[in-house]
Amino acid sequence: MIKGVLTVIGKDRVGIIAALSRILAEANCNILDISQTTMDDIFTMTMLVDVTDVKGGFGPLAETLKKVGDDMGLRVQLCHVDIFNAMHKI
Amino acid sequence: MFISTDEIIQTVTMIQQEHLDIRTVTMGVNLLSCVRSDIDATCNAVYDKISSCASRLVEVCRQIEIELGIPIVNKRVSVTPVGLIAPEDPEGCVKLAVTLERAATAVGINFLGGFSALVHKGTTPSERALISSIPDALNATSKVCASVNVATTKAGINMDAVREMGFVIKRASELSASSGGSNCARLVVLCNAPEDNPFMAGAFHGVGEPDCVINVGVSGPGAVKCAIEHVRGENFTVLAETVKKTAFKITRAGQLVAELASSRLGVPAGIVDLSLAPTPAVGDSVARIIEEMGVGRCGAPGTTAALALLNDAVKKGGLMASSHVGGLSGAFIPVSEDEGMIDAVRRGSLCIEKLEAMTCVCSVGLDMIVVPGDTEAHTISAIIADEAAVGMVNSKTTAVRIIPAPGKVVGDTVEFGGLLGSGPVMSVRQYEGSDSSKAFVDRGGRIPAPMQSLKN
Repeated sequence: MIKGVLTVIGKDRVGIIAALSRILAEANCNILDISQTTMDDIFTMTMLVDVTDVKGGFGPLAETLKKVGDDMGLRVQLCHVDIFNAMHKI
Repeated sequence: MFISTDEIIQTVTMIQQEHLDIRTVTMGVNLLSCVRSDIDATCNAVYDKISSCASRLVEVCRQIEIELGIPIVNKRVSVTPVGLIAPEDPEGCVKLAVTLERAATAVGINFLGGFSALVHKGTTPSERALISSIPDALNATSKVCASVNVATTKAGINMDAVREMGFVIKRASELSASSGGSNCARLVVLCNAPEDNPFMAGAFHGVGEPDCVINVGVSGPGAVKCAIEHVRGENFTVLAETVKKTAFKITRAGQLVAELASSRLGVPAGIVDLSLAPTPAVGDSVARIIEEMGVGRCGAPGTTAALALLNDAVKKGGLMASSHVGGLSGAFIPVSEDEGMIDAVRRGSLCIEKLEAMTCVCSVGLDMIVVPGDTEAHTISAIIADEAAVGMVNSKTTAVRIIPAPGKVVGDTVEFGGLLGSGPVMSVRQYEGSDSSKAFVDRGGRIPAPMQSLKN
């Protein structure tokens, strides 16, 4: 399984998870785990997703999520879990 | 989740807000197999070799960028020092440079290094032709980088080559007078040049290397500065530990990119270069790290000690993060490419002599220094000799990338654009007649290798 991490940072508002999870579902990505906090109105969410069989390819999905995030005033990034493992696990 | 949210957010913040990136993925390509009986056939073989080895380099790097979410700023190629395959006439050497440019354009890279000669102990006819062709070769190209290794700890300093390079740099500058002598930004004179350096302008593919190899240069001054902002007022042990931890993380990202690029291209991974390479962007400066450490102005007393700590901690942190470390590995201090350095020169706190002292404790040398257009060739040669002496005696790499900007005087600024930035013209201690360094430079011959060379 190829795992991706979706990161969302920005001002909290209605519909963030709804909007992003709909795109993930349409791209055939299963959500494996989700963690979120809201501190001083700043919303931070990390989502672990299965990106093994992304419909339409990983790059276009990452781009779509980023664009939807931009439209909502959020910093959204999807990338493979490998970068986090490399930087934080020995 | 296996990785904590804090760790994920830290990485994302380093990339999105602190300019963490992979500075370069550089493919080294051996050209020794391309020598033919005439120059046109050699050029064809060189073109075919580079365009076939590096055909997928840019595409693969772009894919890795997307998957890991980390920018790979430069995709580059370094080749066997062209002096080893060049003909004995300068026109033939320029033909080779133009071929390299054509190959670089075909594979979509932004710089190609290796129009180089290794002449620390002596110069062959081919290397002599190549060195004399450098001004024309740089002028006929925009992506080709040239370098000349004039000294090593083992061999001493080839002062004939040092003298020649003063004239070569002046000529290269004059041919690009309309852009402030910008061709000199692609020309570096080295001492103890590493064979696996992925960074330009000094990258070349050494003769001890395999046929093709992937070397990666990391970056991250912004991430280091942000990390040490959290330990303001703490002692040096805490400061060094903080830099080490950050350098470890940065280098692990570089190691991952090297592994991925290597396996997808089917090319062995060479080294990760543990460097802090600044860019002209605000928040991506080595000078600002030094200032964050507590030296109010980069160049003020304390700067060399601060840089020494930084350089050492970067190496210690990076070493365990990478299987094979190489290249230049350390902090870079290119003046025109570092927003804080530019500011320090403008404020008068940073001068060439202080930079020379700084080069004793960091990974490179006098880098991207713009000097007045009337700086004489022998003065440039003497500066090169000083810097080569620093490298030779300290068994480290040093380099001089100096730009005598035609018609410019101290106080002017030369715009190079992009990663090369903009360089304020710095003052040079140049004296007239018998007070000058001309008689020293004109002696010719070699400065003998120092005691440090006798390690056997």
